[in-house]
Amino acid sequence: MDLKETLLSSYLAFDAQDGPQRKLQDERAAAIEVFEQQGFPTKKLEDWKYTSLRTLTKNDFSVFPKEEVNLKLEEVKPYILQDVDTFKIVFVDGIYNAYLSETTHDGIDVCLLSAALTKRKFAPVIKKYFNQIAEKEASLTALNTAFTKEGAYIYVPEGKVVEKPVQIIHFATDKNPNMILQPRNLIVLEKNAEIQIVERHQSLTSEATFTNVVTEIFTEQNAQLDYYKIQNDNFEASLIDSTYIAQQKHSHAKVHTFSFGGKLTRNNLNFYHKEPEINSTMKGITLIEGKQFVDHHTLVHHAQPNSESHQDYKGIYAENATGVFNGKIIVEKEAQKTNAFQQNNNILMDDKASINTKPQLEIFADDVKCSHGCTIGQLDEDALFYLQTRGIPKKEARGLLTYAFANNILQSVQIDSVKKRINKLIANKLGVNIGFDV
Amino acid sequence: MAYTEEELKKELETKEYEYGFYTDIESDTFPIGLNEDVIRAISARKNEPHWMLKWRLDAYEKFQQMEEPDWANVTYPKPKLQEIAYYSAPKSQVKYDSLDEVDPELLKTFEKLGISLEEQKKLAGVAVDIVMDSVSVATTFKDTLAEKGIIFCSISEAIQEHPELVQKYIGSVIPRTDNYFAALNSAVFSDGSFCYIPKGVHCPMELSTYFRINQAGTGQFERTLVIADEGSYVSYLEGCTAPARDENQLHAAVVELIALDDAEIKYSTVQNWFPGDKDGKGGVFNFVTKRGICHERSKISWTQVETGSAVTWKYPSCILKGNDSIGEFYSIALTNNYQQADTGTKMIHLGKRTKSTIISKGISAGHSQNSYRGLVKVGANAKNARNFSQCDSLLMGNKCGAHTFPYIEAKSKTAKIEHEATTSKIGEDQIFYCNQRGIDTEKAIALIVNGFSKEVLNKLPMEFAVEAQKLLEISLEGSVG
Repeated sequence: MDLKETLLSSYLAFDAQDGPQRKLQDERAAAIEVFEQQGFPTKKLEDWKYTSLRTLTKNDFSVFPKEEVNLKLEEVKPYILQDVDTFKIVFVDGIYNAYLSETTHDGIDVCLLSAALTKRKFAPVIKKYFNQIAEKEASLTALNTAFTKEGAYIYVPEGKVVEKPVQIIHFATDKNPNMILQPRNLIVLEKNAEIQIVERHQSLTSEATFTNVVTEIFTEQNAQLDYYKIQNDNFEASLIDSTYIAQQKHSHAKVHTFSFGGKLTRNNLNFYHKEPEINSTMKGITLIEGKQFVDHHTLVHHAQPNSESHQDYKGIYAENATGVFNGKIIVEKEAQKTNAFQQNNNILMDDKASINTKPQLEIFADDVKCSHGCTIGQLDEDALFYLQTRGIPKKEARGLLTYAFANNILQSVQIDSVKKRINKLIANKLGVNIGFDV
Repeated sequence: MAYTEEELKKELETKEYEYGFYTDIESDTFPIGLNEDVIRAISARKNEPHWMLKWRLDAYEKFQQMEEPDWANVTYPKPKLQEIAYYSAPKSQVKYDSLDEVDPELLKTFEKLGISLEEQKKLAGVAVDIVMDSVSVATTFKDTLAEKGIIFCSISEAIQEHPELVQKYIGSVIPRTDNYFAALNSAVFSDGSFCYIPKGVHCPMELSTYFRINQAGTGQFERTLVIADEGSYVSYLEGCTAPARDENQLHAAVVELIALDDAEIKYSTVQNWFPGDKDGKGGVFNFVTKRGICHERSKISWTQVETGSAVTWKYPSCILKGNDSIGEFYSIALTNNYQQADTGTKMIHLGKRTKSTIISKGISAGHSQNSYRGLVKVGANAKNARNFSQCDSLLMGNKCGAHTFPYIEAKSKTAKIEHEATTSKIGEDQIFYCNQRGIDTEKAIALIVNGFSKEVLNKLPMEFAVEAQKLLEISLEGSVG
């Protein structure tokens, strides 16, 4: 039985179960139909031209965890930001883990989607926002919708600034091997609200895991979102992350994506502008090796005037790694005075590494400033030589130059402990000791 | 009084196609329809050898299994291939020794286009192989070229007289199965130009062909083959204008360039087919496949100025097979009213130290859609390949669109690739500056558009550059703010 059929038959069992999913019967029924029709995307689709899911979907993944697993703090400590006080929503094999988590309902709601679905007082928010911005015709998003049951739920009321960052962490363990995890996150920022979020997916098993996560984010007027995705999973884990952000007037959404790990990672990051004068920022560092594969698909839909978007993605590909970047900017004819910038720089470190990039502009308005730039190259031999003449060994020199190449992305990271951690990860990856803090 | 944007727009809309006239020459046209018999008839009419007919029939067989592509960013009613006449030739098939013998009607046509043969002969020393509807009717300067051993004739003539060259190279760069329109062209091509430059010969003049669709309802399927043997050089010009007509006309040409070791081919095009009127009615469908292959240390340079056609679908490409070979692509695409253009290039780097440059300038006005679609591909063996691409778009008004779809695929760590694109409009301050120096808005826009396009215009041969500049001005006349 192939994975599509397995999932379709699991759906019947899932649908029959009692649980929070009961509340979403209509949405889920419509979604499973879309998935049944389309199946997993193939390379024939323009959006998946460079990304094949064939190997991944050959695995036999299971939807249901066999047992609930309790993790000791020591086992997972390295994966949780410790040196800063945070709210935490932690899931183990798709099940909420209360012991590792720290949620709140004090002024803001940082809790579980399952709770929000079942409790009456959250019903208006769910009704207004759930599945409103996620692309209904995208088969993998539809698959996630069909299996929606659990995930993070964050609601920040008007004028509220969340004082500490929120960590959303998903662990996969070897007690429940070969799981397909499909968390669904809903994040709503009301007027003038502010929040910082760090999301991470971590596999603790040497078996294959497959995460298909969908996040919907709504930033109302003047809301500020600062979101960090740390993707440093082991070589057996595959991740498909679809994030949809709907922005209202004067809101600013920033998303940083750090892709260092995983076997196959696909990021679909979509910004939709609903009103004028909006700012969107997306930045990323990709640093991969071995046979790793990372694909960034971004979309900024400028539909209203006087908005801005900034994109900056750096990629460093070693050994047999493959990278894909597809950045799409659409400027509708109403969206006059739009400023949209896009930058994608890549370094290929080895002969077997490859990169496919497609920066795409679709512009229907005349009074706009849009530009995109894209480069593929190597480290500057002269700079390398210069450092060597100053007594810095070649390996360190390469490390330093690569670090410098990626560094400007880190400058806009607002949480110090995230910055430190990323610094350390980059240094480890490059096999050098950077020897200074930023 | 200040020249307002409204006025500009109005003028632009009412600007009719300048070259919209129709030459009355008796012609010999096949009944409409496409089938094996038509292909046999075309081949028989041209007295082609058996291998050529077989080649056409094979192409037709493959064509029947193919589907019309729809990935391009254009929408148009699919041409009904069964309602086209596949062959049309002026009846008087005599070859002329001098221009005096040419049908005066025909000469008038060219005069209206501002390219009178005499003038060109005198001024530029251009040998013109005029293709009027599908058959060559006048070839000049042939003797001068023959002295150097250069073959420049119609492709039907080449099939008769140089079958070994045609057989060796036709379809070698663009195989018959390459795409839907290339397959169609391979089956039914009626005529085109053939050019061979022998080893080490530097072609002393610009070779030029003017294409013209003339008979109502005839699709034109040109086939051009240019071969530059080792160490030779040729600059080839291709330009076209077509009379105004209401029904859409299909133009599916195939151009193949072969640059052998150390050779250089410069191929320039000015395309000004009828773009349809201001409501988007009529106009030519221009679905062209152009590709060149570069052997060791050779160079192919494509330059194009695209101002015409209702729908353009065209990607002049280079396969950089030989080490140290160079590919260049310089393009201006201007769309107005309801025109749609999806154009760009493919640079396939296979050899070591291969270089390519892409400069594309898109200008969209009215309700038009203008897309750049390009591919830069660096194979694993293409060590130290280098590419630079720049795609700039200029928008006039908020009813048009400019799109960029660059595909970049690198498989070599030594590749250096740069791509940049910008989209903007003509700055109000730029126009204001010109105004205050006494330059009216219309002239200012022409000035700015010309400046915007300069990098490409500079690459055109002298005579062509003048014409192209004029064409840009005409196409945007009274133009826009």
